[in-house]
Amino acid sequence: MADMTVNQFSSRGLSLPKINSSLVVMTLYLLFLLLPIYWLLNMSLKTNTEILNEFTLFPRDLTFANYATILTDPAWYMGYVNSLIYVTLNTVISLAVALPAAYAFSRYHFMGDKHLFFWLLTNRMAPPAVFALPFFQLYSSVGLFDTHIAVALAHCLFNVPLAVWILEGFMRGVPKEIDETAYIDGYSFGAFFVKIFTPLIASGIGVAAFFCFMFSWVELLLSRTLTTVDAKPIAAIMTRTQGASGIDWGVLAAAGILTIVPGALVIYFVRNYIAKGFALGRV
Amino acid sequence: MEKTVNQKAWFLVLPVLLLVAFSAVIPLMTVVNYSVQDTFGNNQFFWAGLEWFEEMLRSERMWDALGRQLMFSGIILAIEIPLGIFVALNMPKSGFWSSFCLVLMSLPLLIPWNVVGTIWQIFGRVDIGLLGYTLDALGINYNYTQDILAAWVTIIVMDVWHWTSLVALLAFAGLKSIPDAYYQAAKIDQASRWKVFCFIELPKMMGVLMIAILLRFMDSFMIYTEPFVVTGGGPGNATTLLSIDLVKMALGQFDLGPAAAFSIMYFLVILLISWVFYTVMTNLEKREG
Repeated sequence: MADMTVNQFSSRGLSLPKINSSLVVMTLYLLFLLLPIYWLLNMSLKTNTEILNEFTLFPRDLTFANYATILTDPAWYMGYVNSLIYVTLNTVISLAVALPAAYAFSRYHFMGDKHLFFWLLTNRMAPPAVFALPFFQLYSSVGLFDTHIAVALAHCLFNVPLAVWILEGFMRGVPKEIDETAYIDGYSFGAFFVKIFTPLIASGIGVAAFFCFMFSWVELLLSRTLTTVDAKPIAAIMTRTQGASGIDWGVLAAAGILTIVPGALVIYFVRNYIAKGFALGRV
Repeated sequence: MEKTVNQKAWFLVLPVLLLVAFSAVIPLMTVVNYSVQDTFGNNQFFWAGLEWFEEMLRSERMWDALGRQLMFSGIILAIEIPLGIFVALNMPKSGFWSSFCLVLMSLPLLIPWNVVGTIWQIFGRVDIGLLGYTLDALGINYNYTQDILAAWVTIIVMDVWHWTSLVALLAFAGLKSIPDAYYQAAKIDQASRWKVFCFIELPKMMGVLMIAILLRFMDSFMIYTEPFVVTGGGPGNATTLLSIDLVKMALGQFDLGPAAAFSIMYFLVILLISWVFYTVMTNLEKREG
């Protein structure tokens, strides 16, 4: 293992710059990941004239006009507000119902538990395209069409199973003796769950919340189908830039960059748990 | 962990059951309902039996879409899994640079799917995109709106860009759980780098890799937004994958019966794969526990 010996030498105080194959691979890969994002950022800081007439790697006359357009026009920024409202609603609902269920799955055997668990999983795997039309009709018929709660409930389809799976994975790591000791000490189930159990799986709750946030934030097909005006998400409003005079590339790019920001902000806090979350709490 | 039998636990799962029943069972029943009926408009429906299913099974359109879908999923798996493992093997094991890589790699996973489409739509344009412009300057004829090969390359590279990090993150988590003693033993045996990979790292990663493969297969099987934004299913029907075709049929043409029959068969395929996924995962857990 050539890499390992190189690492050992450099960590022993030989401050040679570590030029090895790993570094090259990682640099190339990260470059591949960041180039398209960089290009979007680059475009968002240019004027449309510069985008269309010149090919420049850096914005020549730096402008924040594209961002200003979005942040001052209610039709634009309400999209972000709408998205954040239904994403938050969805995260709260998903966690509220998933916590007790995950506890039940992690601690008890009951009739049909395995089948129920599998059925939940199938909903995580259900193609949104299958559900788009029935959702549209269902929420129209109960008068919830074009409301935030409709989108939040629709996203529960895949987020509740996900939250149950992730939380169950984390809860299994908590020894059962803790439950038993608490009951002997005279805690009721509710008091035990809130005061003792919840702090123990705080990181699990954080990860589950993050994943609910993420999948609700990135989904478009359902949120677009279920809204027209009042609850329209930002991702759907972005299609608006296609006006009579062609596409307003600068504003489109700026809107894209602004949708990346919330994800980039929260990702730092869960960086060490991302893999565990994607593996449904099973790494 | 030993679990006790407690039927009252049903009360704890009841909220989930009700919520998912509302958002999954009712819509699914609507689909079933449409799949066996025909309409002349005006909300008048009559029984059509399995007619739509037969029609869909005979329709070339669905088989073509399924073929393209399988090709797409196959290609992206063949690229993303090895590439993801390769990246994970080269990641810094700990410290600041490890976190740095983790955060940057997760970035594409958190971008709304249509923005992913938009990014690549712009990136690949010959007039204003870095990729398209560079390829054009190099003399390569690249136009993803007209050339079938270019369209396919674009959506595949886009998916690799979007999701390889997921495979890498999972593989990395698997690698980190290998105790140092294994590597020391390999060193004493003077095992080559390749042997260490084949006999230590790969078997230890198998569990998470299985999850990675199945998640990627599943998600690529129902991909809609990203290729739709980039190519709109074109040129012609060249990149019309299953979901794109289904949405076109259900929301675009409002062919409820065929679309519903299509949906159900689509869902059954997914159900079958989910079952394999679940069985494999529970077996792995049994073996470990």
